[in-house]
Amino acid sequence: MKHDQSYTDKDFKVIGSRVPRPDGVDKVTGRARYGADAYAPGQLTGLVLRSPHPHARIKKIDTSKAEKLPGVKAVVTAADLPDLTGGKRDMFDILENCMARDRALYDGHAVAAVAAIDNNTAKKALKLIKVSYEKLAHVTDVDEAMKPDAPIVQPHIQQDGKPSNVAQRMEFGHGDIDAGLLEADVVVEKSYKTEQTHQGYIEPHACLASISPDGTGELWVTTQGHFQYRNVCSTLLGMDGAKLKVTSSEIGGGFGGKTHVWIEPVALALSRKANRPVKMVMSRDEVFRASGPTCSTSMDVKIGARKDGTITSAFIECRYMDGAFPGIWGMLGGMTAWACYDLKNVKSVGVDVLCNRPKVAAYRAPSAPMMAFGVESTLDILANELGMDPVDLRLLNVAREGTRASYGPTYGPIGIEATLKAVKEHPQMKKKLKKNQGRGMACGFWFNIGGQTCVDLNIGVDGTVSLSQGTVDVGGARASMGMIAAEELGIAYEDVKSNIADTASLGHNDTTEGSRGTFSSGLATIFAAREAIEVLKQRAAKMWDVPVEQVTWENGEARAVGAEHSNMPPLSLKEIAAKSPTTGGPIAGHNEVTADGAGVSFASHICDVEVDPETGKTTILRYTVVQDAGKAIHPDYVEGQMQGAAAQGIGWALNEEYIYGDDGRLQNPGFLDYRIPVCSDLPFIDTKILEIPNPNHPYGIRGVGETSIVPPLAAIGNALSSAVGVRLDHTPMSPPRILSAMDDQGA
Amino acid sequence: MQVGLTGPLRSAAGGAAELAIEAKTIRELLNRLIEQYPDMSIHMDLGIAVSVDGVMYRDDWDVEIPGGVEVVLLPRIQGG
Repeated sequence: MKHDQSYTDKDFKVIGSRVPRPDGVDKVTGRARYGADAYAPGQLTGLVLRSPHPHARIKKIDTSKAEKLPGVKAVVTAADLPDLTGGKRDMFDILENCMARDRALYDGHAVAAVAAIDNNTAKKALKLIKVSYEKLAHVTDVDEAMKPDAPIVQPHIQQDGKPSNVAQRMEFGHGDIDAGLLEADVVVEKSYKTEQTHQGYIEPHACLASISPDGTGELWVTTQGHFQYRNVCSTLLGMDGAKLKVTSSEIGGGFGGKTHVWIEPVALALSRKANRPVKMVMSRDEVFRASGPTCSTSMDVKIGARKDGTITSAFIECRYMDGAFPGIWGMLGGMTAWACYDLKNVKSVGVDVLCNRPKVAAYRAPSAPMMAFGVESTLDILANELGMDPVDLRLLNVAREGTRASYGPTYGPIGIEATLKAVKEHPQMKKKLKKNQGRGMACGFWFNIGGQTCVDLNIGVDGTVSLSQGTVDVGGARASMGMIAAEELGIAYEDVKSNIADTASLGHNDTTEGSRGTFSSGLATIFAAREAIEVLKQRAAKMWDVPVEQVTWENGEARAVGAEHSNMPPLSLKEIAAKSPTTGGPIAGHNEVTADGAGVSFASHICDVEVDPETGKTTILRYTVVQDAGKAIHPDYVEGQMQGAAAQGIGWALNEEYIYGDDGRLQNPGFLDYRIPVCSDLPFIDTKILEIPNPNHPYGIRGVGETSIVPPLAAIGNALSSAVGVRLDHTPMSPPRILSAMDDQGA
Repeated sequence: MQVGLTGPLRSAAGGAAELAIEAKTIRELLNRLIEQYPDMSIHMDLGIAVSVDGVMYRDDWDVEIPGGVEVVLLPRIQGG
């Protein structure tokens, strides 16, 4: 750490207030420009031809008729996207996912694309492309894919020298779980399944790509990480990174799904071939079939405990369905599974398994909600068997500062115990329930990360501040960074205009993922502002003709210290800025940082439900989120993140599900048949922000965006089990599954 | 100093849960790790995070490692 990142318990003037959202007016009036809202002279429409088969050899692609259709300006296949990845398998996987090569690996896999003068012409052209397929056996279920005779998705992946769909198996933990079981008075075992869900962002993937004959290019795109898109696209297209300028549009939701490229390299390839700008917008059908949903899973959990509730042994194995390309989902799940607890003997196993489904992408705290469903549901069963309050059981085993985390390190100050105590004291826990109603609670964990970050802060001659950051604003980055700059400089928030810079205007910034944005850009903004303050002090010293060592900065003003200067009035930032042309020129601060020292985050949720025993329909009566957010820079955005994560978790728990037919094709690629919760499905979600400071950030920031999608599956499952007297072990816990479970147990 | 290994990093070190490596910075630590365990290079390509007394470092290899602290190596994580 080049700068001192230590937490300082200071009083804030701007931080912690609820200033107006800088993007609010544009978003509610339709002025905001999203991925599909860019236009260029002569632009073409790009469309993709997708495989109707879940697994097929591509014998031949005949594009000749499409190319001859009037109005068609380019047709591309894998031949137009040669392998320039230099043997890097992860990059080749991205390339192959963007455009199938010798095999189509899932229903919806891109096999060709056209650019034409309008949408109708492009559609006609797609119909003129003739693809000869040889259908191959397919597999779409994670457990089926692990069987010895399962069709192989990626032959180069092998286990014990034989092709296998098991891409990797990772174990975490410490102690001896078998020895722990011998110490146990009670042992609970249970298996669970979760179905595949999509992030459900309302804005589909969209971009406008333009490559000029001189080899330079521009890409306007909805993304969580335009620098990463620049790096990946330039590699796949064989371009110099600096020659491809990527600008991030407003983003209509991403939640991890816009951390990967999908149509963007194809749009660039079409533009390069057509020598015209090409705009591509995925349909909702395409978003479901061919972007990156999360994994389906199956898992086994085993917990041993003494009569007093002390857990002596904790085990989980979770098998993650990665789609057609291997990911790190089993690893992430394995690391998060038992993170809330202080356990002597603990083991978690994450297994990545390939299937003929689309490549899985990150989804808000990726992999953690599934493991939490298994762990927190089984803890609920254990509490019932022991006759213990479920909160007390968790408090008895809770992780604290000094606990060795199940994934390795020893925790510093953490907030899981505080969230549990807040849950125990919450009024919702005391409200009496009626017939067919139930209450559940569950906990969740997410790491939070830092990463490479870069900020420019420029002070104009009128004393207003332009702040350029490179972390895409998915949940309040412009407001938060504007507030931090104002706090440091000692000026009004309204005097700071925060912008997201394009890739040509700022150094590399990592993707907005892992709840890193506020932590990382917050650090860079603080240090950039402090650099600018040093310049302001130098300019004030010139204006006063005093040594700079005798100038201090307080409350947005330079002050000359020392008895000889006691009568000098202070100089405001605006006064210094006004004189900047003659005191040395523009005033600016800059910072680039590898933001490390991110603080982990925990949440505990409470859910009350009512189940209609006739139909199996679940109504969420009341829902409360308690989360340790570290310092909440803008509490309104923080609460919004907590509510949004809970709402997504509720949809995952109750309704959302990718349904594949026996033919290996997705049966419900639309919001009518894949039902995400809407406002009328949800109560107002109560929130309680706890602010346990991260000791490695000057303001105590941790990160907030992901953690609260982790507990809902289990919190709702526990509430449902309480309501109907049957343990639900398969998400979504939809009406048919609830009725079936009730029938099975004669409830 | 003793360096803890987690998850897949253990298999690259012959199953060891802990290694003895002398290093003053994260860069030295990772360089010596590769020297002693060439199989670790695949994990270096994927990314290794270093926890120093519970503080997580994913990127900054210039960090000095004081004596007597807990050092744990983990796979580098991503998010959504």
